[in-house]
Amino acid sequence: MKFGVVVFPGSNCDEDMVYVLRDIMKQETVKLWHKNTDLEGCDFIVLPGGFSYGDYLRSGAIARFSPIMESVIAHANKGGYVFGVCNGFQILAEAGLVPGALLHNTERKFICKNVYIKSQNTDTLLTHAIPKDKALKIPIAHGEGNYFADAKTLKQLNENGQVLFRYCDEQGNTTPEANPNGAIENIAGVCNAGKNVFGMMPHPERASDKELFNEDGKFLFESIVSRILQH
Amino acid sequence: MKYIAEIDVMPLKALLDPQGKAVTGSMKNLGLPEIENVRIGKHISLEVEAATKEAASAKVDDACKKLLCNQIMEFYEFKLVEVK
Repeated sequence: MKFGVVVFPGSNCDEDMVYVLRDIMKQETVKLWHKNTDLEGCDFIVLPGGFSYGDYLRSGAIARFSPIMESVIAHANKGGYVFGVCNGFQILAEAGLVPGALLHNTERKFICKNVYIKSQNTDTLLTHAIPKDKALKIPIAHGEGNYFADAKTLKQLNENGQVLFRYCDEQGNTTPEANPNGAIENIAGVCNAGKNVFGMMPHPERASDKELFNEDGKFLFESIVSRILQH
Repeated sequence: MKYIAEIDVMPLKALLDPQGKAVTGSMKNLGLPEIENVRIGKHISLEVEAATKEAASAKVDDACKKLLCNQIMEFYEFKLVEVK
């Protein structure tokens, strides 16, 4: 299994993502430049956080038309794995690879802090190794993370188990107070209907190294790696 | 022929516009409480080359749908003026 982390102009979490995948998870990992179209044989594509193209127009709107995205979309449509974190999630939403959109935080502030999220579906590649009912402490860092989907889409997401994470308190209760950005139904992450494309606002790669005294994010990477190794 | 498109992209009416809400609040502070429901979007102008106004309109519509507007959260409208 080979991982590819796409680098857009303005990506700033690419190095952290590569560090976690390569140095902590011991996986073959390469960076993929946005101007190329070759995925270099990667099986798992990661769109990292950052401010691709300065968030011009809308977050992720310009990056979505980068040359490499044609290949990423084709990879996803064939069932290949794609994981977007923060700006990566915004790019996936703009590309229509996951449903919904990311609006400005309701408080209109950039929020950078630890929050708690709880896995909603323990049967996906990204979440199966997360202990059930555990509230994971994972940092967020975004100005546009307010997840929105219309009522019909929301119903489909809930019925198909496509909601991956909801913001919760430390005890795991999904409350309005635990919602940092106004996201509808406290949604912090979703996947597509095929459950091969995953997007989330919180940054698991910033909570996966014991040197940082928080390894809650590592459950996600362990989920990915352990299931892939079974195949 | 060349046309100029003047495009407005606005947040959907059903969605909270936090920027507009904050500006509405400051209208009261500056002594204009009669002003309410401020909503803030984007104005985009662009030039487009096309044989007819209809063709120009179709191209601008395409640009709005594919890139300039995310219809999950915004709507758009535009006017076209021929450049003489």
